[in-house]
Amino acid sequence: MIEVENLCFTYPNGKDVLFNVDLKVQDGEFVAIMGENGAGKTTLVRHFNGLLKPTTGRILVDGNDTRKSSVASLARSVGLVFQNPDHQLFCETVKDEVAFSLKNFGYPEETVERRVRGILETLDLMSYIDSSPFMLSGGERKRVALASVLVWNPKHVVLDEPTIGQDYQQKDRLRNFILQLNTQGKTVIVVTHDVEFIAECKPRVIVLSTGRIVGDGPAVDILTDEQLVNKASLVRPQIAKLMSSLSDVGLPTNVIDLFTARSVLASKLERI
Amino acid sequence: MPIIDMRNLTFTYTGAGKPSILGVDILVEPGEFVVLTGPSGCGKTTVCRCLNGLVPNFYSGEMTGNVKVTDLDVRKTSTMELAKYVGFVFQNPENQLFSLSAERDVAFGPENLGLPRDEIRRRVDWALQATGISNLRNMAPYELSGGQQQRAAIAAVLAMKPTLMVLDEPTSFLDPKSAQEILDVISRLNRELKITIFLVEHRLDAVSRYADRVIVMDKGRVVLDGKPFDVYGEQAWLIGVGVPKVTMLFRLLRKDGISLDSIPITVEDATKELRRKLTS
Repeated sequence: MIEVENLCFTYPNGKDVLFNVDLKVQDGEFVAIMGENGAGKTTLVRHFNGLLKPTTGRILVDGNDTRKSSVASLARSVGLVFQNPDHQLFCETVKDEVAFSLKNFGYPEETVERRVRGILETLDLMSYIDSSPFMLSGGERKRVALASVLVWNPKHVVLDEPTIGQDYQQKDRLRNFILQLNTQGKTVIVVTHDVEFIAECKPRVIVLSTGRIVGDGPAVDILTDEQLVNKASLVRPQIAKLMSSLSDVGLPTNVIDLFTARSVLASKLERI
Repeated sequence: MPIIDMRNLTFTYTGAGKPSILGVDILVEPGEFVVLTGPSGCGKTTVCRCLNGLVPNFYSGEMTGNVKVTDLDVRKTSTMELAKYVGFVFQNPENQLFSLSAERDVAFGPENLGLPRDEIRRRVDWALQATGISNLRNMAPYELSGGQQQRAAIAAVLAMKPTLMVLDEPTSFLDPKSAQEILDVISRLNRELKITIFLVEHRLDAVSRYADRVIVMDKGRVVLDGKPFDVYGEQAWLIGVGVPKVTMLFRLLRKDGISLDSIPITVEDATKELRRKLTS
């Protein structure tokens, strides 16, 4: 469990970023943190593996206070994938990159090999196993960064803007993969602006705006709340806009994903 | 005369096993708003790099075919000369910003064009305002969020008043509202200043309303090229292009045997068509 208690954070330059944030993420939950550029989303999640320490308040990861634990020990249970893969990648081949953490944790050679191949297959990266990460496209580098964290199987996975630069098929794959991780009992926390992606995943959504939590609830409730969505510089998903603008002719307003919209409309239109 | 004239272009990066782009033909007329899209790794960024000479002058490799931008052969023209006509916004704004304040970054281009001081000041003010970061002018890049950085990068290019702007996924780091605002700005530059726009973008739901043309690449080749409506068919979907949700919804409903007169590319058109069906 990740517990955030009355967290305030001020950068050394004096910039206040987070104000009295209270938050509890249970083991095995799937949570999206959404909000405008500069809202403090990245700053918040960097507290989860101890990269940043609270100015006041505290963070407990599985009961351990992050101020009293090292990043190295926290990282085993909290895997954080950065927004910008170039902040994370440094090895000469994709294989070395993804194997790096496992080798450091002291796993035997065969286990490392098996796990690396497994994760590269899942993320459609096998054909690049011997390529330099820097020869890959932006979207592919992003997936290598993801692979290099997921490979050590952390209990809590935090993904900072995982869909940037990913095409539709990759997003679909990512969504299935996240849902799969979640079914395995992992906590998944996603920082994102991608309302269309979240509309299809439907996790619990926490809305952060100017350093404060302004909304917390199921995706369907949050992403159809026009006022709240506007406040956090988001937009409603296309399907939500479509359905709500047709509520006067009998369409439900609590639909945000393609699948549900299709079945609602198909049954309505069949009768015409 | 096309402003982008790319014919049968093939390029293989040094050390790569296979070409990144293969026999690519892209012609863009002055004043057009063209969107380039396709799955990750399909060669979009390489095409952009060919337009300002980064390929093959900076990223080495083997190139065959021809590429001319504003009638200049990219391979024979210095990057400095090209920079007067072609503005380039990279995928990652951190690669583009280097000064200690946003204002200094935006002023850098016009200063190097040797413009008078007053004109530089005017352009900086205008570019900062157009991208909505006037209040951040004295902030250093590292103090800005990802989205704010991308706005500063766009402002720096805007201040050069280029005839062609090449933007490689400029809205990736922006929240949806800021992304929409940036796309509005880009569209205004296109409509009012007649700047030709060549935009790489995955989020077609946001950009479709502005695009004159959409080009789809897959595995290094151009596979579709036409008006948004004509391009967003089954093939685009299968390749992995992020066809707008409402377009997908209508195609799925047609598959379910529902008769629909048209396939929309915007929420507004979808609403109109469904309202007509539901109230008839």
